[in-house]
Amino acid sequence: MTIRDVIAFTIRALQGFWVRTMLMLTAMAIGVAAVVMLTALGEGARRFVAEQFSALGTNLLIVLPGRSETTGGPPPLLGETPRDLTLDDALELKRIPGVRRVAPVSLGNAEVSVGARNRDVLIVGTSGDYQHIRQLNISQGRFLETPDPRRMFPECVIGAEVRKQMFGIQAALGQWLRLGDRRCRVVGILGTEQHSLGVSMDEIVLVPVSLALAMFNKESLFRVLVEARSRDRLTQTKDAILNVIRSRHEGEDDVTVIAQDAVLATFDKILRALTYAVAGIAAIALAVAGVLIMNIMLIAVTQRTAEIGLLKAIGAPPRQITLLFLSEAATLSMSGAVMGWMIGEFGAWVMAQAYPDVPIGAPAWAVLAALGVALATGVLFGILPAMRAAQLDPVTALSRR
Amino acid sequence: MIRLQGISREFLVGDQAIKAIKDIDLSLDAGEYVAIMGPSGSGKSTLLNVIGLLDRPTAGTYLLTAQDVTQLSDNEIAQVRQTKIGFVFQFFHLVPRLTAAENIALPMTLAGIPPAQRRERVTEVLESIGLSERAHHRPDQLSGGQRQRVAIARATVMNPSVILADEPTGNLDSKSGQDVLRILELLNEQGIMLLVVTHDPEIGARARRRIRIVDGAIESDIQQ
Repeated sequence: MTIRDVIAFTIRALQGFWVRTMLMLTAMAIGVAAVVMLTALGEGARRFVAEQFSALGTNLLIVLPGRSETTGGPPPLLGETPRDLTLDDALELKRIPGVRRVAPVSLGNAEVSVGARNRDVLIVGTSGDYQHIRQLNISQGRFLETPDPRRMFPECVIGAEVRKQMFGIQAALGQWLRLGDRRCRVVGILGTEQHSLGVSMDEIVLVPVSLALAMFNKESLFRVLVEARSRDRLTQTKDAILNVIRSRHEGEDDVTVIAQDAVLATFDKILRALTYAVAGIAAIALAVAGVLIMNIMLIAVTQRTAEIGLLKAIGAPPRQITLLFLSEAATLSMSGAVMGWMIGEFGAWVMAQAYPDVPIGAPAWAVLAALGVALATGVLFGILPAMRAAQLDPVTALSRR
Repeated sequence: MIRLQGISREFLVGDQAIKAIKDIDLSLDAGEYVAIMGPSGSGKSTLLNVIGLLDRPTAGTYLLTAQDVTQLSDNEIAQVRQTKIGFVFQFFHLVPRLTAAENIALPMTLAGIPPAQRRERVTEVLESIGLSERAHHRPDQLSGGQRQRVAIARATVMNPSVILADEPTGNLDSKSGQDVLRILELLNEQGIMLLVVTHDPEIGARARRRIRIVDGAIESDIQQ
């Protein structure tokens, strides 16, 4: 039998039992579509986070108060608290040769009001370097200018949404804004739709760091963002930062310095594991489809016993019968898989439309794996029914009508 | 052309061995027209299945065109069935989803004969059974007699030297039965050996040689 004849025979057989064919195609398609869509989602999340982090700049070091690593030795005494990470610490870091920019950050919520309008917003206290480190753009006015961050200069930069809500269609630039119990002048407005780690920059107010510390009555910074001069000197700079802080904190290593690379790598690992996990769960659907194919092929063998007997009587060797049934199982699983692939890609496209920020798309490995597994399960689970068909005794097979 | 020597076929029913045919010696020559008759359960179908290589005898030797076919493997037997033997069954056994022409072409398709050659031969055979205009009908669109004629066409498409017919008219009215027998006899006149299994003495009487089987053994073998 030539390949073309095998294919033609298979297609006729599949058409002849079209309800069964549709059911099996659906089962296989659901399995493959699940793998494609779930990995598209997982991969999208991973790429989204990666993009967010690289938007932060690759030379970034983050200094956090307190220590997250544990070391050997006796456990810390009860009640020991880390020293504050102060503004002075941050300014001292700027003297390190490998450091280009330093942005101290203090966070808090406060009520902003203009006239009768008021609302709660996130206040970020920082310095002028923050704009460059976070790559923010300004739509009007300028960013904070803080030659000396210790001075409480009463100025602020507001997000686009804050501007809209507080000032409406009126000009905001140069207006006074009440921030908690203080007042400051709006000197700049941020461009719209900027994000930092998924947090919208549209709804924040940026003020000089000393003003924020005073408003929230705090000594300690939330963190310090440090941009190194080059990527190669990242480790060196990190050590230098630790040395400076140690010397200022009486020999204690009470800050944690993380490279954003390390954070990214961790997120990447977690999200990749998550993608594998959901792909694995979806693969169960594929295995179920495989079992279903076996079941239905076994039924087909029973249904078509007389036909198999006839094929044997008119000269089909066992090998050929095996081939015909395997080809049916393979065709079913493969077309189901291709259907599922298309459905999955469509689903991913719909999700991508719904969440344009997240780069949703199934990775090639997942598509190939899903198609491969589909074909493999189809053939694997097709072997048993095909062998059973080939081993049928033609006399008994034909004696049934 | 066919030599059976001491052929037996035993079946295990439960733990009891039952001999469907016992120690049969038979020799059939090319071009013969033979009717195998007997009551139901006499073993006539088993004999036909053994001759048609659908079933293997448990004892004895079977020479088909001087070749000992009891020693062949399943694949070799399939090959012999494909080229030398044509089957006609009581229940036609057409593949329901294929058209008449496709059913007829099936043995050639299995043999891997190219489509152009298949089409030519199928047209020829369809003409000989008078069903040319029904070529693209499926079996459920054909009458019983027409189905059996398609089945005969399928049996002849590979130019076999033997046609084995197991109750070929058993499922037909007498008119279609007559037509079917006519076609089979025409093929026999062209030199193909025709072996008909039947329990109908009237049909048996048409054959030149009549073999009667009772309880798995040849009771009489009358040559006309």
